[in-house]
Amino acid sequence: MYGSGVWRGLLVTLKHFVATYVDDIRWGFRRRNPAAFPVRQSLDGRGVFTVEYPEEKIAVPERFRFIPFLVVDNYDHPERAGHDWCTSCGICAKVCPPQCIWIVRGSDPDSGRPVPEPDAFYIDIDLCMNCGLCAEFCPFDAIKMDHDYELASYDRTSNHIYDKRRLSKEFRYWQSIAPTIAEQEASARGGWEHKDVLKQKAKDAKAVASEQAE
Amino acid sequence: MTEQVPTADTVTPTGETLNVLHKRFKKAVRQDDRDGYDGILIDPARLVEVATAARDELGYDYLASATAVDYLGKGDHLEMVYHLCRTSGGPALVLKAQTPRENAELPSLTGVWSGADFQEREAWDLMGIRFTGHPNLKRILLWEGFDGHPLRKDWREAYYEADQKPFDSRWPDGHVRRAEQDNPYGKNVRYPDGFVLDEYQSTAEDALYADVALGLDVSADLATERVVVSMGPQHPSTHGVFRMIVTLDGERIEALEPVMGYLHRNHEKIGERNTFLQNMPYTDRLDYICSLSNNLGYALAVERLMSLGSRYEPPTYRAEAIRVLMAELTRIVNHMWAIGFLLNDLGAFFTPMMYAVTERELILDFFEATTGSRMMCNYMRFGGVAHDIPDRMRSEASLINDRVRDENTMEYLHKLINERLPRAIDQFDEYLTTSEIVTNRCIGVGVLSTADAIAASAAGPVLRASGVPYDVRRADPYSIYADLDFDVAVRYHGDVYDRYLIRLDEMRQSIRILKQVWPLLMDTGGQPFFAGRGGIYSPRVPAGESYGRVENPKGELGYYVVSDGGQNPRRYHVRAPSFINLTALEQMCKGHKVADVVAILGSIDIVLGETDR
Ligand code: SF4
Ligand code: SF4
Repeated sequence: MYGSGVWRGLLVTLKHFVATYVDDIRWGFRRRNPAAFPVRQSLDGRGVFTVEYPEEKIAVPERFRFIPFLVVDNYDHPERAGHDWCTSCGICAKVCPPQCIWIVRGSDPDSGRPVPEPDAFYIDIDLCMNCGLCAEFCPFDAIKMDHDYELASYDRTSNHIYDKRRLSKEFRYWQSIAPTIAEQEASARGGWEHKDVLKQKAKDAKAVASEQAE
Repeated sequence: MTEQVPTADTVTPTGETLNVLHKRFKKAVRQDDRDGYDGILIDPARLVEVATAARDELGYDYLASATAVDYLGKGDHLEMVYHLCRTSGGPALVLKAQTPRENAELPSLTGVWSGADFQEREAWDLMGIRFTGHPNLKRILLWEGFDGHPLRKDWREAYYEADQKPFDSRWPDGHVRRAEQDNPYGKNVRYPDGFVLDEYQSTAEDALYADVALGLDVSADLATERVVVSMGPQHPSTHGVFRMIVTLDGERIEALEPVMGYLHRNHEKIGERNTFLQNMPYTDRLDYICSLSNNLGYALAVERLMSLGSRYEPPTYRAEAIRVLMAELTRIVNHMWAIGFLLNDLGAFFTPMMYAVTERELILDFFEATTGSRMMCNYMRFGGVAHDIPDRMRSEASLINDRVRDENTMEYLHKLINERLPRAIDQFDEYLTTSEIVTNRCIGVGVLSTADAIAASAAGPVLRASGVPYDVRRADPYSIYADLDFDVAVRYHGDVYDRYLIRLDEMRQSIRILKQVWPLLMDTGGQPFFAGRGGIYSPRVPAGESYGRVENPKGELGYYVVSDGGQNPRRYHVRAPSFINLTALEQMCKGHKVADVVAILGSIDIVLGETDR
């Protein structure tokens, strides 16, 4: 019968309409409660699917990528508090597709020889395309992608070039936003410390062992 | 050792075709014998004849891609490269014609394939090759006030820093400069000699209108029923900034000219400054709905080049399985989006759209957990993928984000593929397919005949809805598609309704593929997802050319990449299905009402990020 297709279609709409109310009743009309959230947003979700940002925010998965940050040792680290993990090797600056990373390589003021720490490190976050290649190819796990995407500001000319101070975050922060990945990386490095520290420790231990052997 | 997928069959039709052509065209055709190159070089004077013979006698009825390369410093000529295919399947036949850089000129192939129209205009616009015999040779992506042809190797952009990345100014002495300092406002535009900006507005608009106004003087004849309407670029139905100059007789379309380029950023020039790897995240931004399959096409093209070298390792089997998983999920994402927006265009404001996008969100949740981003995935690498599929899709609460999820990824996928998505597709069928509003608006509207679809180089759902069962996954298989069981969807009326139905068919086929891929992923769990050593950011890419093509949700997406053995591609061209599918738009719209144009455009399914590049 002409028009029956439209009615059948409207039945589908009606089903959705009813489902949203069933969902609301199920959660006692408190859709924004934390227990409801994982169900509403899952494959079993039948009701209203939208998330009411900014009142409600979904925690992003560990691999989520937003503007990178530089890892530094925890500020309460016994020996290297706040020490950069970055060795200013320059790989991230070379691999960055829009070329938005600027690094001044650190050098010893007396000898002029390069030291493994950058003097300055800038990222122009207006250019950064959040591709994550810097984090992927850094050999020292020193640059990581952040989860904080609320970076809007009123003045882009003065605020959007991040310097080293603004970019640096404690190692603890990385562990808190991406525990699984941090653990995988640590096991690949052979410990929770920076690669160079671990290497130095292994060297020292070896020296001690050989001394004892003698 | 992991099981490896055999590399693509490298037998090309060049040799055998050359024998046939040589008998007739003698010295006008010869083998392209540069190292790493393949194809037939043709004397420009005989180009049209050879192309006609290839079409009519050899069965290469489909012009897949036509693009130009600048060989500055390597013979100093421009070269036009044509990839021809048979709609019955098989590898592409490559024809080439060369012309000097000064006064570059080649005969137009628009008479042989109407699909050459936009592609030749693009070659004129960006590379400066004049095509004799082209009916409407003018700039297509840029405007008339643009100075020069930017894809020429000696053309430099306003913010030019060096020919190739990485730039030396970044390290070890990287003192930051803002982009605006290098590219100050007011000094960032160059005009051609004799170009006066103030006079431009009127003259160019005139030219635009004169062309489509069927010879009538618009200002004098406005009293008649004929009206020229500019639809777009700011128009909700154009899916972005796309403009159509429509000549109307009452409500009926007499002529239509697409105007594009509002989102043009010269993706290809940027690509030639980039290193091979740096292009990967840029491909995300072409068709931003389908970033993962864009990645795949580019990875294929570069891997094909790398396979010319000695130390190449093809992607592992697990990597290929993950790639297919991603590509097929992307197809569902795209078709959900396309159908949702088609219904928006038909006037069903946002309800079907929302139902479609809900399903899409669920897939994007998986993408985000695996690749790190919902849309700009940047996930494929040469030799595999960037990360394995995570065990769990989990998030940590933080000060910024507080609602947490934690699910087993493979179980999530299983439920998604076997329950949620099939149900959603069936629901669409029930919801829309028989609805009289949809059928009245769609059946018989925007018909594209089989012959026209092939001639106009239409691709993807547009081609297949016109009765051509041509699908790159079957015609020229890549990855592990050859081992998978699925049918090429095809419909025969070529109207908007069939283009809607074929998207439902294709989603069902994708589900079928996904159901076969899921066990493969379970079986290969723990195996490497990347061939060879990781951590190489500038892979060695031997000199040569390659054309990597995939069946993107919107049609054949091809990457033509030329390497001269360095870190950067010498030429990087994208055969964009959204762009070429528009060639047939006028044909489809003629005789219909204005409101139907919106539906027809929606049924082609374009994304301006890819059209304008
Ligand atoms: S790649 Fe890592 S260690 Fe090297 S400069 Fe960049 S952040 Fe520092
Ligand atoms: S995320 Fe990408 S664009 Fe941003 S700084 Fe890192 S490499 Fe550069």
